[in-house]
Amino acid sequence: MNALSLWIEIPVALLLVAASLLALCGAIGLLRMKDFFQRMHPPALASTLGAWCVALASILYFSTLKSEPVLHAWLIPILLSITVPVTTLLLARTGLFRKRMAGDDVPAEVSSGRTEGKG
Amino acid sequence: MKRLFPAPWLSLALWLLWLLLNLSISPGNLLLGAALGFFAPVLMAPLRPRPIRIRRPGVILRLLLRVGADMVLSNLAVAWGVLNAGRRAPRSAFVKVPLDLRDANGLAALSMICTVIPGTVWSELALDRSVLLLHVFDLDEEAPFIQHFKATYERPLMEIFE
Amino acid sequence: MSALLANAILLSLFIFSLALVLTVVRLFKGPSAQDRVLALDYLYLIAMLMMLVLGIRYASDTYFEAALLIALFGFVGSFALAKFLLRGEVIE
Repeated sequence: MNALSLWIEIPVALLLVAASLLALCGAIGLLRMKDFFQRMHPPALASTLGAWCVALASILYFSTLKSEPVLHAWLIPILLSITVPVTTLLLARTGLFRKRMAGDDVPAEVSSGRTEGKG
Repeated sequence: MKRLFPAPWLSLALWLLWLLLNLSISPGNLLLGAALGFFAPVLMAPLRPRPIRIRRPGVILRLLLRVGADMVLSNLAVAWGVLNAGRRAPRSAFVKVPLDLRDANGLAALSMICTVIPGTVWSELALDRSVLLLHVFDLDEEAPFIQHFKATYERPLMEIFE
Repeated sequence: MSALLANAILLSLFIFSLALVLTVVRLFKGPSAQDRVLALDYLYLIAMLMMLVLGIRYASDTYFEAALLIALFGFVGSFALAKFLLRGEVIE
């Protein structure tokens, strides 16, 4: 294992700390926001920029360590950008459906004529 | 050629995915990945109702760069909004965006863009695909937001997919 | 690995675990079921990022595969829970 130069270690360290701060920010938002739909936004901090930061740090670190491009960490943000929209979309619909059922103050159905639940 | 490779881009992407997951470009892995890229789209073709036609690679590249830049900026904006919430509560609101985009693949791409950019959550799409209900984390004014959203994300997607 | 990178990794792991604790608080507080699903999804996400950081710490590829698995399980789990809340059935 050859020693890494300082010029690689500094960006890797900065990227990791930045990603963890973003994740913390998301958790604070998840805890502090008042309304369910407001709480849906902060987790996106970790799944987008946070994941990219960690993946970039991993690519930088392993590529220098093995002195060849090691790109497989790049798959994580790609995978997340495919799976996270599906869960977010479904959760948002769930929130709307359950809030409408409970009679809370949310916008009415956007498509006219048909109601939710009859698919 | 068309029958052998119903989705050439999907084949290429699967091949690259295989090589990345195995982290090697040895002849065996090159061959296995090529087999995956060849057989998976052929076997999956009956599942897909319509072939995707993608045009204008220049527009795709510009849209990707735009989304990347917006992702970083809105990440910082949402993080600041969260930390600053004690002093100034974020003005969250639902926005109804009228859509001109009808293509299913284009709409899927639009929903990915909405989720990748923190601060907007795709909430509901009308069954006839004419209206989209978005939840926005911190909204200044509704009309400029809708105009900006349609001009930056919907217009390029319409050029690519329709 | 120099002291700088080792300490930065330690610091980021500490901040990640702080985020985990805050998310667990939201998981137990609720108040609604969809809030709990959201918190569970976020737990999976942070655990996955921590796996990647641990992979850098021990310079090992194995953690990457663990992270990939956590991401997939998190996706399937959150999807099934959200679907259940929407209709009361997972598979129709």
